[in-house]
Amino acid sequence: MEEFLRAEHLHKVFSSGAEKFTAVDDVSLSLQHGEKLAIIGESGSGKTTVARIIARLIEPDGGRIILGGKDITKTKGRELRQVYGVMQMVFQNPVESFDPRWTLGDGICEGLLNHGYARAEADKECRRLLSMCGLEEDFARRYPYEVSGGQCQRAAIARALALSPKLLILDEATSALDVTVQAEVLSLLDSLHRELSMSYLFICHDIALVQDFCHRVMVMHQGKVVEEGNCDHVIRNPQQEYTKRLIDSVLQ
Amino acid sequence: MTGQRIPTVRKPKVRKNNLRLKLAFLACLALLLLLASFFSEYLTPYDPYLQDLTIAKAPPSSEHWLGTDRYGRDMLSRVIAGSRTSIFASLLLVGFIAVFGSLIGILCARSGKWLDTFLMRTADLFLAFPGLVFALAVAAVLGGGVHNAIFALAAISWPKYARLSRSQTLAISALPFMQAARMGGCGSLQLVWRHVLPNISGPILVTAMLDIGTMMMELAGLSFLGLGAKPPIPEWGSMMSETRNLLPTQPWITLAPGFAIFFSVMVFNLLGDTVRDYLDPKNRG
Ligand SMILES: Nc1ncnc2c1ncn2[C@@H]1O[C@H](COP(=O)(O)OP(=O)(O)OP(=O)(O)O)[C@@H](O)[C@H]1O
Ligand SMILES: [Mg+2]
Repeated sequence: MEEFLRAEHLHKVFSSGAEKFTAVDDVSLSLQHGEKLAIIGESGSGKTTVARIIARLIEPDGGRIILGGKDITKTKGRELRQVYGVMQMVFQNPVESFDPRWTLGDGICEGLLNHGYARAEADKECRRLLSMCGLEEDFARRYPYEVSGGQCQRAAIARALALSPKLLILDEATSALDVTVQAEVLSLLDSLHRELSMSYLFICHDIALVQDFCHRVMVMHQGKVVEEGNCDHVIRNPQQEYTKRLIDSVLQ
Repeated sequence: MTGQRIPTVRKPKVRKNNLRLKLAFLACLALLLLLASFFSEYLTPYDPYLQDLTIAKAPPSSEHWLGTDRYGRDMLSRVIAGSRTSIFASLLLVGFIAVFGSLIGILCARSGKWLDTFLMRTADLFLAFPGLVFALAVAAVLGGGVHNAIFALAAISWPKYARLSRSQTLAISALPFMQAARMGGCGSLQLVWRHVLPNISGPILVTAMLDIGTMMMELAGLSFLGLGAKPPIPEWGSMMSETRNLLPTQPWITLAPGFAIFFSVMVFNLLGDTVRDYLDPKNRG
C-alpha cells in the first residue's frame, strides 16, 4: 500500500473579534490507498474542521495537504475541480447540505453536469446512485425538507459517490441512520472499498462501529491528536488518559 | 418540563388561499397603474398642456371630470400624464438601485476583506446623508429637474440593498450546501448564479416592492419642494405645490394629484406587504 493522502501540521485559528480560538492544533495524518482511517473525539474537538481543511473548504493557518503525491494546499479553480473528482465529502448535516430550492436529484446531478455529463446521462446516473444507496428513484424529485434525515443522508452519500472519488470523507455520515440502513450503507461502502480500493476518512462517534469498520483510528481532543494507531489496539488498549475516558464513557 | 412538546399550529389552508387572492388583486391593480403610466399619452382625454383661460378653475363637470386648473388645463389629463413621471420613474429607480445595490452587496460578501471594507464604507458614506440635504446639494450643483432628483434618490438608496444582500449572501455562504456545490465543481460565478441569487432574491424583492411607494412619495416630495420635475411638466408633487394656495377655494385642483399619490403608494405598499407574507415560509401551506 502506498500513501494517498498526507496532511502535515495543520493549524486553524478562528477569531471572533479580539478572541482567538485554536480549533486545530498541529494535526498530521496520513492515509494509504484503500485505507479506512477513523477520527474520533468529543464534540468540538475539531474533527469537522480537520475534514473541511483537507477538503479545501476552509483555508488552514498553517500546514500542507498532499493528495496523490501533489500538494493541493493552494490549488484553485480548474485544478481544484479535478481534485474534487478524486476527493468528496459527506457533510455532517445532510439536510443543510442540499440547496432548499433544488430537488435532491438536481443536487446529485450538479457535480456530474459540471464534469461534462449530458443531462440525460446525469439523470440516469443519478437514479443508479440513488438505488445503490437504497432510495427509490422518485426521491430525485423531492426537496430536502420533504425527506427524512436518514433519507437525506443517503442522498448525500449518493451525491458524494457520483464522481467516483478515490477518497471519501464521511463526517458523521451514518449517525442519522437506523441500524439496518446503517448496515446497508456500510456494506455498500465496504464493497466500494474492496472493488475500487476507495479510501475513507471516517469521522464517527460510534466506537464499536469504528472498531468494526476501520483499520486505524485517530483520537482528537481540543484540536490536538492525542493518540493514533491500529483500531483494535487503540480501543482495547488505550495509552492516553483521555482516550481511556472517551472509550469508557461510550462503552458503558 | 423535559420532553414537553411545543404544539405546532398548522395554518388553515383558507389563509393561504386568501393571501393568493389578495396578491392577485393587488398585482392586477399595480399592473393597471403601470400600464396606465406607460401608455398615459394615449389615455389622456385632453392635451395636458393645452391652456384655455376661459374655463380656468372650473369645477368637475361632465367634460372635465376633475375640473381644470388655473390655466384651464384639464386636471384628469394632467393627473394621468403625471403618472408617467411618478409611477414609471419610481419603478425604474427602484429596479435600478435594487439590482445595482444587490450586486455590490454580493460582491462585498464574496470578495476579499479589502474590497468589502472599501465598498461598505462607501455605502455608509452615502447612507449618512439625509435624503433631503443630498437632494438639495444635487439640485444646487446640477440644478433641479426630475432626472437629478432621481439621481439623488438613487445615490442615497442603493446602500440599503447592498447591506441587505451582503448579509444575506454571508448567511447563505456559511451553509453546507454551498460547500457541497463547491465540491461539485462550481466556480464562484456558478455558486452565485445558481445558489446565492435564488436564495436571496425573496427578501430583496420584498424590500424593493415596499420601496416603490416610498420612492414615489420622495420623488413627489422633492418635486413639491421644487427640486424635481419643473412646471409645466405634469408631475403629482409639483402639481400639488403649484396649486396649493387654491386649496381653500378650489380644492379639487390640489386634491386630484394628492389622491393619485395616496392611491398609488397604497397599492404598491400593500402589494409589497402581501408579497412578503406570501414568501414567508411560515405561511407555506
Ligand atoms: N466558523 C467557525 N468560527 C468559529 N469557531 C468555529 C467555526 N467552526 C468551528 N468552530 C469551533 O471550532 C471547534 C471545533 O469545531 P468542529 O466543528 O471541528 O468540532 P467537531 O469535532 O466536528 O464537533 P462535533 O462532533 O460536534 O461535530 C469548536 O469549538 C467550534 O466552536
Ligand atoms: Mg463535526
